[in-house]
Amino acid sequence: MFTRKPVYVFAIAAGVFTLSQASIGLAADAPAKPVALGSPVTEAQLAVWDLIVAPDGHNLPEGSGTAAQGHAVYQQKCAACHGAAGEGASGSPALVGGSVSTTPPLLTVGSYWPHASTLFDYVRRAMPPTAPKSLSNTEVYQVTAYVLHLHGVLAEDFVLDKNTLPAVQMPNRDGFIDVSAN
Amino acid sequence: MDIKNNPEYVAGNGLIHRRHLLGLGLAGIGSMAAGSALGADAGMLNIPSWSKIPGNGPTEYGAPSPFAANVKRLAGGHNATAPGSGASRTPLHLLRGTITPNSLHFERHHSGVPVIDPAQHRFVIHGLVRQALSFSYEDLLAYPMVSQIYFLECSGNSGANTVATAGDTNAAALHGLLSCAEWTGVRLSTLLAEAGVTDTAAWVTVTGADAASMGRSIPLSKALDDVMIALYQNGEPIRPEQGYPMRLFVPGWEGNVSVKWLTQVKVADAPAHFRDETSKYTDLLPDGKSLQFTYPMGVKSVITSPSGQMKLLRQGIHEITGVAWSGHGAIQRVEISADGGRTWADAHIEAGQQHLALARFRLPWQWSGAPAILQSRATDSSNNVQPGRDIWMAAYNPANRYHYNAIQSWSVSAQGDVKNVYA
Repeated sequence: MFTRKPVYVFAIAAGVFTLSQASIGLAADAPAKPVALGSPVTEAQLAVWDLIVAPDGHNLPEGSGTAAQGHAVYQQKCAACHGAAGEGASGSPALVGGSVSTTPPLLTVGSYWPHASTLFDYVRRAMPPTAPKSLSNTEVYQVTAYVLHLHGVLAEDFVLDKNTLPAVQMPNRDGFIDVSAN
Repeated sequence: MDIKNNPEYVAGNGLIHRRHLLGLGLAGIGSMAAGSALGADAGMLNIPSWSKIPGNGPTEYGAPSPFAANVKRLAGGHNATAPGSGASRTPLHLLRGTITPNSLHFERHHSGVPVIDPAQHRFVIHGLVRQALSFSYEDLLAYPMVSQIYFLECSGNSGANTVATAGDTNAAALHGLLSCAEWTGVRLSTLLAEAGVTDTAAWVTVTGADAASMGRSIPLSKALDDVMIALYQNGEPIRPEQGYPMRLFVPGWEGNVSVKWLTQVKVADAPAHFRDETSKYTDLLPDGKSLQFTYPMGVKSVITSPSGQMKLLRQGIHEITGVAWSGHGAIQRVEISADGGRTWADAHIEAGQQHLALARFRLPWQWSGAPAILQSRATDSSNNVQPGRDIWMAAYNPANRYHYNAIQSWSVSAQGDVKNVYA
């Protein structure tokens, strides 16, 4: 089963210059062309496949949702584990309420997560655990708005979309110390 | 002095100089144990049955002896709310080298182990590059590869010892989210060069093809340094639970960033702030702030024998042994105490690759039958010294479970029972 792409085809395609070198007797000293087998793709081809949403909102999809709309989605897809009001249950974390400064602290989406984009990103890629990626983008906007509303971050009729989400101020936004350069 | 018959005690409560490990023997003080063993063995000197009949023939894929069937991972149970999520732990106390067999390498999954046909799998580099590229598994097999021995440790490893009361558990349960293997693969820098990273790039954001699509962000400087796309583990294709057909491997850093079932490297100007680098894998401090992107694993060691829930069955010479490692370099020194940290002796460290790998240490110990508290303390090539538990606990919020690297204490009772304690 030799399905590997033949390297020499690439070498020739990219290597007219190499051939001309050979013709003047430098072939033995010419550096070997590094292996380069990646197939070009375009960002447009990756648009549906790339789920990463960073805090700046880049790559947020079209669509929108409000907490009012998200109530039904939450009750149907989330409440069985996270509780009817996001209070959590055994084996499933609370989503709202809590504080970093109580003993013990209660770290929730509302009390701890620094960016709203993380909630959208995580729900879309990984929730619910039994059927990840089953929610539509609209449903993800709706349920994100609902969870943030439960913690008092957003009003019930706030329209969450690719333009408004990056501006949402999370309560613990300044609670993290980036030590990546250490 | 007569080393052979007079042990050279170098620290309190029976620690003997490491030179006694180097072929000099301990005939005098070892004789009590040897004598009793000889008596018990006399009846076994008949020719055994397995010397009289042919054994089994070769097999296609080997398996341990049925008499070593207890050497297995400590696996968690089924997770009802998050199927496939959980961990299994390496049985550190049952292993004696530095390499973890593939079947015993620890696991941590966030949505189970996917079954991936490599012919259907794609690895994509895109974002801030001149040309986004897609690679097949077969493509990657054609690139120049490197082989390196590296430890891998979950940043939640040993977190059980951050709770108020020391649990009566063993080394696997406490510290078994730690393994070490030879990893072979393609440098990420090789493929990033092919795609052409642009001037504004500063991070790579990486995801796996599991159901959780687990994601992490890594500074570009590290990605261009020693990060590889691992295809082989101890010489064979990496196991499904380690990311088959390919995983990122980020040497020395918390295990979670070595994203398994690697499918996406998106070059970016900033981290993505994935759930597993904000909600999780951040370290809460006493004042309520949190450290984010705490990547290297701190210098650490643990005595694996004697260790928790073992029992010393005789007085006399025992070899204290364990493993040490650091995400900041190589292990330079391991000291052992048998008296709860009052006095220390240097352990012997086995030669071999040490940089970002497990080091095996050993020291002979004469157990007199008196109670003891065994500890090990590692120092790395960056002069980091493993802290005591009190120092570590004071640096974090009591609720933090990540990056615990404090000194492990095992108590030995007069009856020989070994137990996890805080000392």
